[in-house]
Amino acid sequence: MNAVQTAWVEIGNLDDIPRQGARCVSVGSTTVAMFRTIDDQVFALEDKCPHKNGPLSQGIVHDGCVTCPLHNWVISLKTGEAQGADKGQVKSFPVKLQDKTILFDLSSVR
Amino acid sequence: MKEKQKLVIIGNGMAPGRMLEDLLEKDPGAYDITIFNAEPRVNYNRLMLSPVLSGEKTYQDIITHDDDWYEQHGITLHKFSPVSNINRQNKTVTSYNGIECGYDKLVIATGSNPFIIPLPGKDLEGVLTYRDLDDVETMIEVSKGQGQAVVIGGGLLGLEAAAGLKAQGMDVTVLHLMPTLMERQLDPASGFLLEKAFENLGIKVITKANTHEILGEHDKVAGVKLDDGTELRCEIVVMAVGIRPSSELANASGIETNRGIVVADDMRTSDPDIFALGECVEHQGQCYGLVAPLYEMASVIAENLLDGSAEYNGSVTATKLKVTGIDLYSAGDFAEGDGREEIVLRDASGGIYKRLVIKDNKIIGAVLYGETSDGPWFFDLLKKGADISEMRDTLIFGQAYQGGDALDPLAAVAALPDDAEICGCNGVCKSKITGKINELGLTTLDDVRAHTKASASCGTCTGLVEQLMTLTLGDAYNPNAVTPMCGCTDLGHSDVRRLIKAKGLKTIPEVMQELEWKTSTGCAKCRPALNYYLVCDWPDEYADDYQSRFINERVHANIQKDGTYSVVPRMWGGMTSSSELRAIADVVDKFDIPAVKVTGGQRIDMLGIKKEDLPSVWADLGKAGFVSGQAYAKGLRTVKTCVGTDWCRFGTQDSTGLGIKLEKFMWGSWTPAKLKMAVSGCPRNCAEATCKDIGVVCVDSGYEIHFAGAAGLDIKGTEVLGNVGTEEEVMEHVVALAQMYREQGHYLERIYKWAKRIGVEEIRAQIMCDAQKRKAYYDRFVFSQKFAQVDPWSERVSGKDKHEFKPMAVLNLEAAE
Repeated sequence: MNAVQTAWVEIGNLDDIPRQGARCVSVGSTTVAMFRTIDDQVFALEDKCPHKNGPLSQGIVHDGCVTCPLHNWVISLKTGEAQGADKGQVKSFPVKLQDKTILFDLSSVR
Repeated sequence: MKEKQKLVIIGNGMAPGRMLEDLLEKDPGAYDITIFNAEPRVNYNRLMLSPVLSGEKTYQDIITHDDDWYEQHGITLHKFSPVSNINRQNKTVTSYNGIECGYDKLVIATGSNPFIIPLPGKDLEGVLTYRDLDDVETMIEVSKGQGQAVVIGGGLLGLEAAAGLKAQGMDVTVLHLMPTLMERQLDPASGFLLEKAFENLGIKVITKANTHEILGEHDKVAGVKLDDGTELRCEIVVMAVGIRPSSELANASGIETNRGIVVADDMRTSDPDIFALGECVEHQGQCYGLVAPLYEMASVIAENLLDGSAEYNGSVTATKLKVTGIDLYSAGDFAEGDGREEIVLRDASGGIYKRLVIKDNKIIGAVLYGETSDGPWFFDLLKKGADISEMRDTLIFGQAYQGGDALDPLAAVAALPDDAEICGCNGVCKSKITGKINELGLTTLDDVRAHTKASASCGTCTGLVEQLMTLTLGDAYNPNAVTPMCGCTDLGHSDVRRLIKAKGLKTIPEVMQELEWKTSTGCAKCRPALNYYLVCDWPDEYADDYQSRFINERVHANIQKDGTYSVVPRMWGGMTSSSELRAIADVVDKFDIPAVKVTGGQRIDMLGIKKEDLPSVWADLGKAGFVSGQAYAKGLRTVKTCVGTDWCRFGTQDSTGLGIKLEKFMWGSWTPAKLKMAVSGCPRNCAEATCKDIGVVCVDSGYEIHFAGAAGLDIKGTEVLGNVGTEEEVMEHVVALAQMYREQGHYLERIYKWAKRIGVEEIRAQIMCDAQKRKAYYDRFVFSQKFAQVDPWSERVSGKDKHEFKPMAVLNLEAAE
């Protein structure tokens, strides 16, 4: 049995992301969208809407969700699940703040 | 052919106005009609004087019949012509200004006069009554947003006057002789709640106040002195203690009068050729001052003028106070007495008080305060004398509670019987509304108002009418007025826009706080809308909220299905040059742009650009002199042109030059939805101006301005706004029109939908016919452009928000292993 090893890496400062905005992080061939809410929580989702792969990082951030810029699906930042009548889920990644430093669990991307 | 009979009407208030509508609907050709009016005006809605006083409406808004209406119906209206004499022998009437007119049938509708208490000082300048528009105009003039006012009389009219004067900015005190307000309509408990509510509005209420005299200085009002010696300083005194039927003219002509002009059930006076109508009437010892009974009388007279045999049997009246923020409904008799029982519901924290007075298992009186939606239902039970013993235990909770149904307002409306009265002012019952909706296929509130009169007077039943429309039409009814902006609020776009202005809200968090948004940070629907409204309303003060803009407006390019972007540089009026084309070709090569396309708006579109390349693409295009074409914006997009007199053998004007001028003047402006324009050089219309949001078609004599076209989801030819002679006039009219749309449009509402909503005529009236308004719109647009005409591309190239285009970090997976 392999124990799951977490691998927290520093990816930047909280102030690098605008409030109610997002930045992208390239992890190998995966693009991760790093969101910052109005109350300075940080969330990480794969930058791919479960609907038609729209870049979620480009959407409008509101109330713990992001609205995809292509067809207005609303995705929960916490779970990656589509809200309302839409069905689907995008991968979410562990991310945490140490003071203002954003730490990302690299082991979660495989 | 039978010769037309002559009908003369004395008075032009709401009651005869209604009677004429009924009469003309039944038989438009029965009479030659002449009206003598003491007021110098056409017919207006007197119920709406309070909103005029408080500044929520203007005189124009409350006109019910304008001059055209009288002309269309062939009615002679003598304004400013009070009648001095009725000669019943010769069947003629004569006015003070010498007009004589014969009649076959006469209707006396002289209304009522306000009762003036014979106090010392009653003739001083500044002592006013509250009956007609003159009174309101005087009050507005005198108050000028300051000073002190005393209103004598705490009845319906006095309280509405007090609230109106307060809204004009005056300090207001209400003096009321009785211990509680509106004692004729309310019981003491609700009268007390009402007094508290007025005090919360900042209006002082003194009950048991007996006015001793009105004090004056230099023939003007200076104050009021009460019997107990109290003195109140004020500049105006409004007497609103009651009305007296105006029956002098009838009395002088030998017609039977008592308190008012006495009529029988057929509304005839003691002279069978003479009817009396309205507040001047006394029927079975009763005089009425509310509109619903007057309308009932009007319809009886209309019927009987056409040889019918309708009867008026008196009215039970219900009252609703029209003061913003106060919900009050009362009907019937609610004095205590033998054999009477009452059911009372109080909710102190909710400020709710409901009381029903029951006798012999029937409701005989109802007072509702704070929550009045069941008023019409109780009133209906009261009028019908329905036996309530079955539902007695739950009656007070209202209609929706009966039978254990959920408290759903729609269910409550659905449960109303067909003959339940929905609109009390105009006496319109449920089945008339649903019938007309089905018969005529009505789909909008305005249509229903036009065809049934329901909710067309005071408007308090608008919610009920809309619920009926929802029930009748189902999903086909889209009540614009009440569709909330999004799930974050119950307010519609119009309400939000109005409140942003009225409350001076200048940031998105402030709007959400003040207007009680239900979510903490809004959603992707409301945030861009609010951002636009704030940009539009406070161009110099508001700081654009970048995170509330759709991605296209954030990065000044159009997102494509694969997450790449397309970029469109501006080509003014669709004109370009070899050097511009060369620069575009170089950019396409340098950044390996996969597709280049000519757009429908005469521009060149480069598609498939990676986001991180955008700043460099702009930098290169900027060096060649391009600015952003804003092909992504809810704002001015393109002005398409033809070659006009420069080249075309048919061209009548310089359409290309004018198009460029318009585009250079208007670029950068944000609008509710995209705004696409065109200028054609002749009526052959090669620039397709007649399906654009705004179009100009050049003609020999000048320019024809078009607007409200569509060629997308909907196809619609434009409406003609009007013709002007010079380019300068085109600029002023087009810019003013765009600004009017900017200020009134709902976010994402294209100009043709806006025009449909508010009416093409209204737009024409404001832009073509009202030079002052046009100039004001124009000036506001010009002011706003000072802050809007910044090329977003050059701003970004110089480093603004450069984080947007670079990944925050690039992590190597292998390294982490």
